[in-house]
Amino acid sequence: MTTVSSDSANPVSSRFGWSDLLTRLGPLIGLLFVLVLFSILEPQKFLRLNNFELILRQTAVVGTAALGMTLIIISGGIDLSVGSAIALHTVVIALLLRGGIPALGAATGGIIVAALCGCLIGLLITRLKLAPFIITLGMWGSLRGTAKGLADNSMVYPPGTFLNELLRPLSPDHIWLLTPGAWMMLLLAVLVAAMLRYTRFGRHIFAIGSNEQTARLCGINVEWTKLRIYMLAAALAGVAGLLQFSYLTMGDPTTATGMELDVIAAVVIGGASLSGGQGSILGSLVGALIMTIVSNGCTKMELDNWVQEIVTGGIIILAVTLDRLRHRRTV
Amino acid sequence: MVDLPDTASSPKVDAMSDYRLRMKEICKRFGATIALDGVDLAVRGGQVLALVGENGAGKSTLMKVLSGAHPADEGQMWLDGRPYQPRNPLDARRAGVGMIYQELSLARHLSVMENILLGMEPTIGPFMNWTSIRQRASEAMGQLGRPDIPLEAPVMRLSVAEQQMVEIARAVAIGCRVLILDEPTSSLTKKDTLHLFDLVRHLKAKGHAIVYISHFLEEVKEISDCFTVLRDGHSVGQGVTSEVPTGQIIAMMVGRTVEQLYPRSPRKPGQAVLEVQDLVGSEKPRSASLTLHQGEVLGIAGLVGAGRTELIRTIFGLAPVESGKIRIGAYVGPASASRRWMQGMGIVSEDRKLEGLALSLNIADNVTLSRLPALLTPRWQDEQTNRWIDRLGIKCRSPRQLVSDLSGGNQQKVAVARLLYHDVDVLLLDEPTRGIDVAAKAQIYQVINDLACRGKAVIVVSSYLPELMGICDRIAVMCRGVLSRARPVEEIDEHQIMLEATGAGENV
Repeated sequence: MTTVSSDSANPVSSRFGWSDLLTRLGPLIGLLFVLVLFSILEPQKFLRLNNFELILRQTAVVGTAALGMTLIIISGGIDLSVGSAIALHTVVIALLLRGGIPALGAATGGIIVAALCGCLIGLLITRLKLAPFIITLGMWGSLRGTAKGLADNSMVYPPGTFLNELLRPLSPDHIWLLTPGAWMMLLLAVLVAAMLRYTRFGRHIFAIGSNEQTARLCGINVEWTKLRIYMLAAALAGVAGLLQFSYLTMGDPTTATGMELDVIAAVVIGGASLSGGQGSILGSLVGALIMTIVSNGCTKMELDNWVQEIVTGGIIILAVTLDRLRHRRTV
Repeated sequence: MVDLPDTASSPKVDAMSDYRLRMKEICKRFGATIALDGVDLAVRGGQVLALVGENGAGKSTLMKVLSGAHPADEGQMWLDGRPYQPRNPLDARRAGVGMIYQELSLARHLSVMENILLGMEPTIGPFMNWTSIRQRASEAMGQLGRPDIPLEAPVMRLSVAEQQMVEIARAVAIGCRVLILDEPTSSLTKKDTLHLFDLVRHLKAKGHAIVYISHFLEEVKEISDCFTVLRDGHSVGQGVTSEVPTGQIIAMMVGRTVEQLYPRSPRKPGQAVLEVQDLVGSEKPRSASLTLHQGEVLGIAGLVGAGRTELIRTIFGLAPVESGKIRIGAYVGPASASRRWMQGMGIVSEDRKLEGLALSLNIADNVTLSRLPALLTPRWQDEQTNRWIDRLGIKCRSPRQLVSDLSGGNQQKVAVARLLYHDVDVLLLDEPTRGIDVAAKAQIYQVINDLACRGKAVIVVSSYLPELMGICDRIAVMCRGVLSRARPVEEIDEHQIMLEATGAGENV
């Protein structure tokens, strides 16, 4: 239609900015760094194939929960209740199994309960118009309490099923390469990443996090989209709960205490911005891996737990600082 | 007429002059945009100087230079005859120049007295000296003749007018001798305005110099001793307020020829696509009726804060409808923004940064946001976007570039491209050329003209009258929430619009 004379330069030159590349590769460089670091410090115990298999297994729970957290953080929200939710889901699955429900049904039941929790969080956030921080801080307590109540303040020991095998170490002659739980995490990661990139829903998540006003102006139903984000994220937390259950082989209402912080840290190390509009699934997975590798490496070096905690804390601050610097350069 | 001292005279002579504040040949550029181009201004102690001009004439920039928020590129300033070069607003305040902004800049949760002495609290060692704080705050309030405002109350409990008093008291408390009031009455009731005027006279009697910025000319007439008119970054006239008729001041404000910036192909309005009847919003508009036809550009003129933005947001479903009728094509009644898009209506927000664009996303995401298929690929988004990048001449590396990297003009083109991509029939454009350079403006005008020729219906809200006169077929004027009847541009001139917009229409 318009015949505006274009005095402007050729708009479609596909020069790729170095800063773009850095932003995208930042977390991967971090991953490479910790890998190389521990390979040099502790080549004997760290640099072994079955140790990498172990690292992936150790990452599965936080990594899966981080998938959902990534969606929430990209949309400009936060979920502090995910650790409590995971504990609740282990209890629910254990109770269902003990009630005679077959394994698959119990697992599905756990994920449905999880999605309902997410629905509740989403409704509270969109109806009460309160900050997600406050709502999920409340749910952090309420879900933990519910788990303890349901479990009658103790462990719930279910009959053994194949659910216990999801995070088992593989026997040497196994053809699966990775334990089923790790495969689940990777498969879900691919699906969620594709969803973010290739669906309207995914683009709307970015839009809401980047500028909610603009999203509204463009006719996006912000409330409905947020509700779906929290439900989907909670369902992913439900899968994380299933993996945690498999790891424990029982329901434990006190498990995963403080895990929400690990999950948030993984997403942030992965390059997401807590003010929304930015983040990636690959980044979050890498972030979760970095944290596991640090703790795994420190263990192999026989360093005390407190050292790991200090190092992990330092990495979080370093990652966000680097991120800030990168952005200052681009703008 | 107040004659400025001969500009050829040496600085020594200036130093001898009895002006409280003098600004001479102030220039300020932002990139390629020249905001101020040789502005002169002078005010004596005990005098109220009104600074008038259309939106975008450079009033705010000039005041930012004066209050130290922006350094001037060229020019000189004197305060009581001494050279004055504030490095930042705090510096300016210490030197005695206090600015009272349109948006009150108070710490809402703190008490009145803490706000008055914020940043310069008297202390005893590390502890707040509450006795001294209370005393100095109460002195300041006493000077304003408002000892009734409770010093302990948190500022958020006060009315807007009282908050303004606190803001002024803050300037007075640190001994400011020049007070700048930027549109001080825009959020005040009639009664509060009269109180404010009493206060201004009171401060004047105490020897303060006051710069009063307003585009309500009746206020200027009432409160000021002399005036300076700004237009396009120049000071184009000054005088004694009581000696110059309002009409002449308006002529100085708008005196411009419509440049050949505005393309206008012959176009024929078709049937009505948008009808608004007696629309009332939650606060504004108070009353608005309009009819928009295919192939027509309707301009809405008026002052900032008159309710123009509220009108189009209400039509678009971004603000609630209290009463009145809206019809778009076959659709009747209020609807949400998402339904408006589906009905073929699109909006460009006046505020690109806060609302119009998602700055941290790329161009493609921003352009295609209002209409995405359920499944999509980045490549498809890029292809769609590239068409509009080409046609609108958006300067960028690729559709994947972040919108925050673009210049203002290119950002605005992205906002317009969204409507073109969506292929809407009715376009609501709120200040579509604000803060962008002339070349980008010309391109936007060209797009609007082309759209109208293709039978699209366009509403343009603008504070820049030559632009409205140049591109619109009809213009309606909004004043204090009420929209006038739209008249063809041939039957209305800038002078008349200015009279109506400033509410002076009945008196002159």
